Amino acid sequence: MEALQIAEKIKEKFPEETLDIREFRGQVSVTLKKGRILDICRYLHDDPDLFLDYLVDVCGCDYLGKKDVRFEVVYHLYSIRHRHAIRLKAEVPDSDPSIDSVMPVWVGANWHERECYDLFGIVFEGHPDLRRILLPEDWEGYPLRKDYPVKGPEKEWPGFLEVLDKAKRYREFEWHG
Amino acid sequence: MGLITEVGSAALVEVEEGTKIMSPNIIITSFDKLINWGRSSSLWPMTFGLACCAIEMMATYASHNDLDRMGIIPRGSPRQSDFMFIAGTVTKKMSQVVRRVYDQMPEPRYVISVGSCANSGGIFNTYSTVQGCDTFLPVDVYIPGCPPRPEAFIEGIIRLQEKIKAEHFHWSRWR
Repeated sequence: MEALQIAEKIKEKFPEETLDIREFRGQVSVTLKKGRILDICRYLHDDPDLFLDYLVDVCGCDYLGKKDVRFEVVYHLYSIRHRHAIRLKAEVPDSDPSIDSVMPVWVGANWHERECYDLFGIVFEGHPDLRRILLPEDWEGYPLRKDYPVKGPEKEWPGFLEVLDKAKRYREFEWHG
Repeated sequence: MGLITEVGSAALVEVEEGTKIMSPNIIITSFDKLINWGRSSSLWPMTFGLACCAIEMMATYASHNDLDRMGIIPRGSPRQSDFMFIAGTVTKKMSQVVRRVYDQMPEPRYVISVGSCANSGGIFNTYSTVQGCDTFLPVDVYIPGCPPRPEAFIEGIIRLQEKIKAEHFHWSRWR
């Protein structure tokens, strides 16, 4: 099935939820409200004509100052049987950065959602194990947000200060002194 | 200090009138030279890679460049290692592990910092990257490059060997 047809099917089934359909260089993106994302994903996964059984990627986007709704969670879906693909974008506002987890549909979303939580601070409701995945567990802030300073906040991460302190204390025991 | 405490007159060979030299198969040297030669000829690095420089490091270990001919055999344990390549980007989270591996190595121990990232942070002047591994480790040799070629690795190792050979009494209990 052509990607645009899939997008039309989504719009037919969930007219209230679909905000926008865009095609760019043969790739189709459907912008959605975040409220019923789990139902939409369940439908895309279970419908025999669509059968989008492979969740390629889940990622976040920060459109600070570019769009009205700040965050987007982007899902790339692919059907191994039918060999068609589509991209879903769910808008997540800054005031309530949370969205339903799609783990009940694709178990593989687990780590992708954790990464998205780690770097953007978007909370995935219903996720069984929502912890940081890349950064240290006691890290403060969400680095891929556009308002996060590139060189990090003023306050250094305590774990690294510990290493620096250790290096300083152990220097006197070095052979070179 | 010498290995041979007493040289009998039989060991000396008179080559001309009044000039006696040592007979063949006797070498005179100092402990420093002998032991430093031994130490620098069998440097065992810690197997530890962090980023793309580690791929170059593996290429250097492999058969084409063959570090084994220099007596360099990568070890799986820091307890058996003489030096350590910091090959790649050191993140703050990883710096704890790097430091711990270094602390587990027995002395005398050396550190070679490989590539732009380990030397200075490189292009990653960001929240997560350590700006040069010399902030928390005593580095002996810096190898520039992004990543350095195997030839650069070999050059760095030769520099380390030169440094070891120039050391005085570093092997002894009294240092």
